[in-house]
Amino acid sequence: MTEKLVVIGNGMAAGRVLDNVFETAPDRYAVTVFGAEPRVNYNRILLSPVLSGEKAFEDIVTHDDAWYASNAVDLRKGVNVVAIDRATKTVTDSTGVVTSYDKLLVATGSNPFIIPIPGVNLPGVVTYRDLDDVNAMLAAAEKGGHAVVIGGGLLGLEAAAGLAMRGMKVSVVHLMPTLMERQLDAAAGYLLQGAMEARNVDVITKANTKAIFEQNGRAAGVLLDDGRTLPADLVVMAVGIRPNSTLGKAAGLTVNRGIVVDDEMRTSDADVFAVGECVEHRGQCYGLVAPLFEMAKVIAARLTNDPAPRYEGSFLSTKLKVTGVDLFSAGDFADAPDRDEIVLRDAARGVYKRLVLKDNMLIGAVMYGDTADGSYFFELVKSGEDVSDIRDTLIFGRSFAGGASADPNAAVAGLPASAEICGCNGVCKGTIIDAIGAKGLTDLNGVRAHTKASASCGSCTGLVEQILAMTLGDGFQKAKVEPMCTCTDLGHDDVRRLIVAKELKSIPQVMQELEWKTSCGCAKCRPALNYYLLCDWPEEYTDDSQSRFINERVHANIQKDGTYSVVPRMWGGMTSPSELRAIADVADKFAIPAVKVTGGQRIDLLGVKKEDLPAVWADLNNAGMVSGHAYAKGLRTVKTCVGTDWCRFGTQDSTGLGIKIEKFMWGSWAPAKVKMAVSGCPRNCAEATCKDVGVICVESGYEISFAGAAGLHVRQTEFLCKVETEDECMETIAALTQLYREQGRYLERMYKWSVRVGIESIRAAVVDDAAKRRVLYARFVLSQKIAQIDPWAERVAGKEAYEFAPIRQLDLAEAAE
Amino acid sequence: MTMHMNDWIDVGGVDDVPVRGSRIVRAPEGDIAIFKAADGAVFALRDKCPHKGGPLSQGIVHGRSVTCPLHNWIIDLETGEATGADHGCSNVFALKVQDGRILMDARRLAAAFA
Repeated sequence: MTEKLVVIGNGMAAGRVLDNVFETAPDRYAVTVFGAEPRVNYNRILLSPVLSGEKAFEDIVTHDDAWYASNAVDLRKGVNVVAIDRATKTVTDSTGVVTSYDKLLVATGSNPFIIPIPGVNLPGVVTYRDLDDVNAMLAAAEKGGHAVVIGGGLLGLEAAAGLAMRGMKVSVVHLMPTLMERQLDAAAGYLLQGAMEARNVDVITKANTKAIFEQNGRAAGVLLDDGRTLPADLVVMAVGIRPNSTLGKAAGLTVNRGIVVDDEMRTSDADVFAVGECVEHRGQCYGLVAPLFEMAKVIAARLTNDPAPRYEGSFLSTKLKVTGVDLFSAGDFADAPDRDEIVLRDAARGVYKRLVLKDNMLIGAVMYGDTADGSYFFELVKSGEDVSDIRDTLIFGRSFAGGASADPNAAVAGLPASAEICGCNGVCKGTIIDAIGAKGLTDLNGVRAHTKASASCGSCTGLVEQILAMTLGDGFQKAKVEPMCTCTDLGHDDVRRLIVAKELKSIPQVMQELEWKTSCGCAKCRPALNYYLLCDWPEEYTDDSQSRFINERVHANIQKDGTYSVVPRMWGGMTSPSELRAIADVADKFAIPAVKVTGGQRIDLLGVKKEDLPAVWADLNNAGMVSGHAYAKGLRTVKTCVGTDWCRFGTQDSTGLGIKIEKFMWGSWAPAKVKMAVSGCPRNCAEATCKDVGVICVESGYEISFAGAAGLHVRQTEFLCKVETEDECMETIAALTQLYREQGRYLERMYKWSVRVGIESIRAAVVDDAAKRRVLYARFVLSQKIAQIDPWAERVAGKEAYEFAPIRQLDLAEAAE
Repeated sequence: MTMHMNDWIDVGGVDDVPVRGSRIVRAPEGDIAIFKAADGAVFALRDKCPHKGGPLSQGIVHGRSVTCPLHNWIIDLETGEATGADHGCSNVFALKVQDGRILMDARRLAAAFA
């Protein structure tokens, strides 16, 4: 007698189970299939080409009406099952009909996850799950206008690319810092973002959607957490999926996230199987097609009395279906100390490949730009075979047959002839190559003599040497450059010059284009890169707080016991009774154990608990005080004496000038800390001659000196110039600081920078060349427009609040016996 | 402890921990640092550097390591061991992630502090 098999769901999983069953036992079952959609079965993963117009629906049908007829499958199109009664072995459908089964297969798939925000139910908001969703998007796209896709994962990006190809203006809003962060690492995510932007898709990362707002009863736009609004005629919600296990749960089957199945794909009822995205197997839910096909094989075997195959979980691989974007990931590609990584970056071709090895086995792979070897690597991951013999050449893929080693001059070779190599003297790559050829130059000094490149501050020396090397080949031996850290072979100066020359504007971009050897850098290079980018692209770069040392991240100084010290600014060392009262009140209120006067003429509150910091700052802010940046690689203090206001020897208003300088320069980041002072006469009570920049007032004007030190090394300042007015004094100091900001290596104090590049080259730029001075000054002023925001006030208002509160407080009952 | 013997304690959401950053779970016997690596993987360590007790939660997270803010020891997030030439270990706590929540094993938590 024929047994009755009822299938709930008519998706890819169900289709594949039936294919497999009919192959081995075509006449064993009388099959009834309930499909919620009013159509035959189709290949859901090819909806993206339908959306983009590269395929028609007919092209993606997997089981047409003729197939159902020839296999005698009773397909109930557009009919939902509303209940399963396991006692009577029947299902009830939405039309009220009761159908009995011997074996039941639940293949209800998944539901799109809808984030619970206002406006999600408005017309014009769609998900991306089935053909109806695609048709809704196509209808919207016909009218043109703006689309916002919420979610930068696989589905969201495919939807975005499709809608862009249909002519809509598309923005993708993504919560995380990089796209597809679950399948890709940050480096590949960065390349993907570039590729999406090249397809006219705007990508907005780190963006949390707050609401969808309406106009005339339809969705009209998206409001982000930070207050930005994006116009939208169409909103696509593609933030993820949830297993659709409602029916199974109502029927009393064991359900966690999905319907729980064992290795035989049986639910808690031996006659009920489940397959696909609705199931949970060994704690895993899957949302990709490969596992579901593997599950289907096991169920079909079980339904046809083959006891052998078992489902033991799946290795996953991901490919993005956007035409022209080649991207592949497989296995586990997270960093860990017991793992090795092999990274290949080809900046010119936009290729990134990363293999992760553990115990001589390949366990994960991420590839971007060239995914030809994706299946080869995926097979190696699945087979777990020992790769130690092929390890040296593994990254080059299956067809590797011996080749040249990596080109150490690749970064410079990729630059156009017009790229500026020497910033001091404005010399381009082409000029240097021409000079090498025309004058027969063979070394650095020759290039310096004939082109002036590398002849001033010398920070481009590494690049000039690379140009010599690539032009002369083996005929050139270059001096060794100390690399920034073990993540790169490039030195600080090369990295700085290339950030400007190649217009690199984010940390992942620097790491990709300059072929970093690690995927996310280290505690040495990340803070340096963050500073360089902030300095070179003040208007465009967003500060990465996780790449800052703790003091700069939380705007206070960590002490040895884990508490913090707080130093409010006292402009030029001046304070007032009300400020002092406020400081005293704060010390009392928060039981701050130590209050100390600092060497920089201000007051340090030591021993503040981290979670008290915002409240401490709020009280100080209320009394008119702002952060003193006592923790910053940037301007700390401008120390002053009382000058002509009170002193009988004073020649100028040194206090006023000091306050003016501090108010102009506070908030500026620098390679290392910057301390300044203004003394009102050559008696120098403000000790200006051991500061990074010092001003000594004299009757006829102001003597500016710089590059002093009074720490590990003690060093008197070098005379820079004498000026007549306060305005000239300010312009010169700002230009000097800007030059240091642009040339200094991270953590290199001003005095060390001055020795390295030479006092004369600094004087030439800041004093002798008025035009250059004004340009440097203008760049400093621009940077200050963005930098001068009190970080304390921002945090009092709630910025990065997670820094200051524990995620959870455990009580005794929970955490101890 | 009796009532929570086999329980997993929900200490917060994965999304509440910044990427390449950390948060603290405040326990009566001392802080526990919850770290999130660039790839989203989550780890829990006693918030005390084996060197001089520095709060590891305040360090820079890179790869599967954190650099202590006090003296730059680099601690492995998976094992709690100091890397390179330095020697020492900070307790690692078992945790699992379920539906975006971070769950810690109450029993091991109690044992570690016993």
